[in-house]
Amino acid sequence: MHELKVTEDILRIANEEGEACQAKRVTDIYLTIGKLSSVVDDSVQFYWDYISQGTICEGAILHFNRPPALLRCRQCGEIITLKDELAPCSECHSFDLEVISGDEMQVDQIEIEKD
Amino acid sequence: MAERVEIVRKILDSNDRLAINNQKRLDNHQIFGVNMMASPGAGKTSFILETIKRLPADVKLGVIEGDTAPVTIDSDKIIQAGMPAVQINTGGDCHLDAVMVEMALDQLPLEALDLVIIENVGNLICPAAFKLGTHANVLIASIPEGDDKPYKYTNIYRNLDVLIINKTDLLPYIDFRLGYFKAGVEALNPGLITFPVSCKTGEGIEAWINWLNTKLGERKA
Repeated sequence: MHELKVTEDILRIANEEGEACQAKRVTDIYLTIGKLSSVVDDSVQFYWDYISQGTICEGAILHFNRPPALLRCRQCGEIITLKDELAPCSECHSFDLEVISGDEMQVDQIEIEKD
Repeated sequence: MAERVEIVRKILDSNDRLAINNQKRLDNHQIFGVNMMASPGAGKTSFILETIKRLPADVKLGVIEGDTAPVTIDSDKIIQAGMPAVQINTGGDCHLDAVMVEMALDQLPLEALDLVIIENVGNLICPAAFKLGTHANVLIASIPEGDDKPYKYTNIYRNLDVLIINKTDLLPYIDFRLGYFKAGVEALNPGLITFPVSCKTGEGIEAWINWLNTKLGERKA
């Protein structure tokens, strides 16, 4: 979808946090991007290699954690892992489900070198 | 020496924060904001024009038109219909975001408005990921697009408050299985408020206007 915007935001966050720790270099960035966020890893990596040039994040390795979406059934309270996008609750077969995770996008950790 | 630093910061968080500001701004003026999404050609602008025709005379509407190309085709139509409109050209971006909407709100006479409709860029994927600060997410699906769209674009259907099914006048000519379409919608968003309409014949639009009036009434209460 809009991987450039997402990648720019990752770079902004990693640069800010790296500089705040007086990092000389950010070597690794750990990301959690839920499966429901329609972000393509390869596309983020493609933009990353380009836009991180000349920053303390240049050459940093992106590590993607892609957790599946979890849904809670509003009828019986069962929590199910989303496999089939349109499947009902596995317990009571209701479609009255709410997404409780899987659309998150965050920078979890960075690894830095100070000297 | 390598060192690992815990961060846990949300990506695109700044957009969410700006969206909250936009909503506060609308709330301060008791304006009801609608984020209108659809694929290209579903009839967003036509539907807004039909809405303008049928709104009670005392309801003042402002429209924000989003397009990827530097054209003012849509906003010109709204202005011609007698309502203020601002055109946003996203310069190729596939969606509107809260910053663009913030700048557009600066150009609308908010103190005089009751309702703001934001016509998002025609796209069923990206607009779903960017909050704008509106009070309702509305999707216009249309008969010629085919009946499988809820099955293919699940995310946008999950996050809707209202669904419009436009171009119902074409149902006799197109193999659109309404039951199949609705079953997909129901699985993703049970009980979703749905208005089948035709901008061509005007059928069904009154029900949407009634819903809108109720929402506007709640804002002023």
